[in-house]
Amino acid sequence: MTTTTFSPQRLGTLLVALALLLAPLTLGGEEYVLRVLTVGATYAIAVYGMNLILGLTGQLSLAHGGFFGIGVYIVGLLTTDYDWAFWPSFLVAVLVTGLGGFVAGIVALRTREEYFAIFTMAMGFIIFLVISRWESVTHAHSGVSGVKFPEGFGLFDFSEPVVMYYLVLLFLLGAGYVTHAVRRSGIGRTLVAIRTSEDLARSIGVNVGLNKQLAFAASTTFAGVAGGLFAAVQGFVGPSAASLDLTFEMLMFILVGGLGTVLGPVVGTFLVLFLFEFFQDFEAYRFLVLGPIIVVLVIFAPRGIVGYLNAFVGKLRSRAAGAGNGSGGPPEHRSSDTATDVKETL
Amino acid sequence: MTLFIQQLFDGLALGGVYCLAAIGLTLIFGVLRIPNLAHGTLYMLGAYVTYFFLVTVGVPYVAAIGLAAVVLAVIGVLLERIVFHPLRNAPHTHHMIAAVGAMFFFQAVAQAIWGADFRRMESPISGSVTILGAQISWQRIVIVVTAVIVLGLLTWFIKRSIHGQTIEAIEQDRTGSSLVGISPSRVSMLTFGLAAALATVAAGLVAPINLLAPTMGDALSLKVFAIIILGGLGSLPGAIVGGFTLALAEVMTSTYVSAAAGEGIAFVVIVLVLAIRPTGLFARAVQR
Repeated sequence: MTTTTFSPQRLGTLLVALALLLAPLTLGGEEYVLRVLTVGATYAIAVYGMNLILGLTGQLSLAHGGFFGIGVYIVGLLTTDYDWAFWPSFLVAVLVTGLGGFVAGIVALRTREEYFAIFTMAMGFIIFLVISRWESVTHAHSGVSGVKFPEGFGLFDFSEPVVMYYLVLLFLLGAGYVTHAVRRSGIGRTLVAIRTSEDLARSIGVNVGLNKQLAFAASTTFAGVAGGLFAAVQGFVGPSAASLDLTFEMLMFILVGGLGTVLGPVVGTFLVLFLFEFFQDFEAYRFLVLGPIIVVLVIFAPRGIVGYLNAFVGKLRSRAAGAGNGSGGPPEHRSSDTATDVKETL
Repeated sequence: MTLFIQQLFDGLALGGVYCLAAIGLTLIFGVLRIPNLAHGTLYMLGAYVTYFFLVTVGVPYVAAIGLAAVVLAVIGVLLERIVFHPLRNAPHTHHMIAAVGAMFFFQAVAQAIWGADFRRMESPISGSVTILGAQISWQRIVIVVTAVIVLGLLTWFIKRSIHGQTIEAIEQDRTGSSLVGISPSRVSMLTFGLAAALATVAAGLVAPINLLAPTMGDALSLKVFAIIILGGLGSLPGAIVGGFTLALAEVMTSTYVSAAAGEGIAFVVIVLVLAIRPTGLFARAVQR
């Protein structure tokens, strides 16, 4: 990775980043498309969180939409009913989801595999029930309207959609960078080891419990960040921002993009959202097509688009290297690919 | 006291429905070791297919449930073949993601055919009987009686008949059963068919009391998970005890505390049970 400046992965990252940066310029005042992009970017941040816990650590957390909803409602309620400014409420949202995730993880991560999924599903549903029923605090189904835009301190005007878009994009780039950094670091390898086999990881001295808990807390923090931004972008929020369906949609985004990859969440989120918009006329019937797509993907292409591109690049490179000195491709991709291979053959 | 007896019967009827739905889920978990998140949508489809036979075709109530059970058994087998069989060696997260895909698909199908609006299915069994001052509708009595009969037949099938015994054999030891000539593949199909048929019977019985909607399976799906976690994943008696326990807890909580609390109790049960015992109450040794 350090020797070649023009590795295909870098080129891909650069292209995606450029496309996102330049998108508002090419739209030329298409407010609606810009809005879809902004909302998509907030989802993508949450999907990065899911990537940490599911893609890297291999734990299916179905409470993710719930934590997103907590972020949404903390910002939504604090800026309206309690008249706080955006940034302090946002900070509270991030802290609450992060700490909440850590504390919930203490209990949730005692369970394993299927039990963890079911446990988090119940947790997510309880969060949804509280939000949709606790009328005196959350206004239940009437939702929260008039969520404040972030304060620009005279420098920026976040009520301007383009400016808001770039703010969300900044966080999205941050989320992508964190994922990249984690994947490269020892922590990332530890998480992948846990994903491959918990027992094996434990036997070589990995503190499985603590690492899983940190990954879970990080994933809920991402959900909180995304939720907080989502509230500001939308201005109006309802209980559907915490629903289990949202979790399932995020699951689809990451699956299409590629579990455990750096670009997967962005690519998957925007691609599927684009499909959603395309099928918009059919509204509820879109799942007639998308449901089978999920099934087909998970059976035939569980690595997602970016995962396959990575594998393809890795193969090309090892072939080229095999012809030369045989030193192979970048070690990080190689290690993670073998990890997925091991997993798939298990 | 009258209110209590009324609620007790309501709880028993609901418990019968939960048992039938939960047993299918627990059987699938026992045999394939996957939590079938799409189970609630099979129940929902079962309700709609029963509605189709009863209202659109016009066959008698019992026959409608029977025909719907057959149709759903076929759908269950197809689901196993098309979705879960190819994933039998995949990591556990993949089954759940695929089940979510199937769930979305079935909901969209129901919505495409029958629309998103609520539908009412008139029960051919009307009237009620007064027991200890409480008005108990015949439909609820029918539910309890049918549930007991079906559960009895099922127990006989699994414990005594050769095909049923293969289910238990696979649950106990997959490799060992293959060695003595039991095909895990065939048993998986049988289990899925059976589970879908049982969910249909449950749905057909309760449909006249509740309304039909494409989303009716969502809440049930989570509740049956609560039940089988309470009773131990893969355990048949556990599902029965768990079903009645949860139903009574739910009915009593919504009567004496609040409707929202009644709705949420299933999830509180899941969280509490798993927080105390991460592998569920009465969990058997996990086969790996």
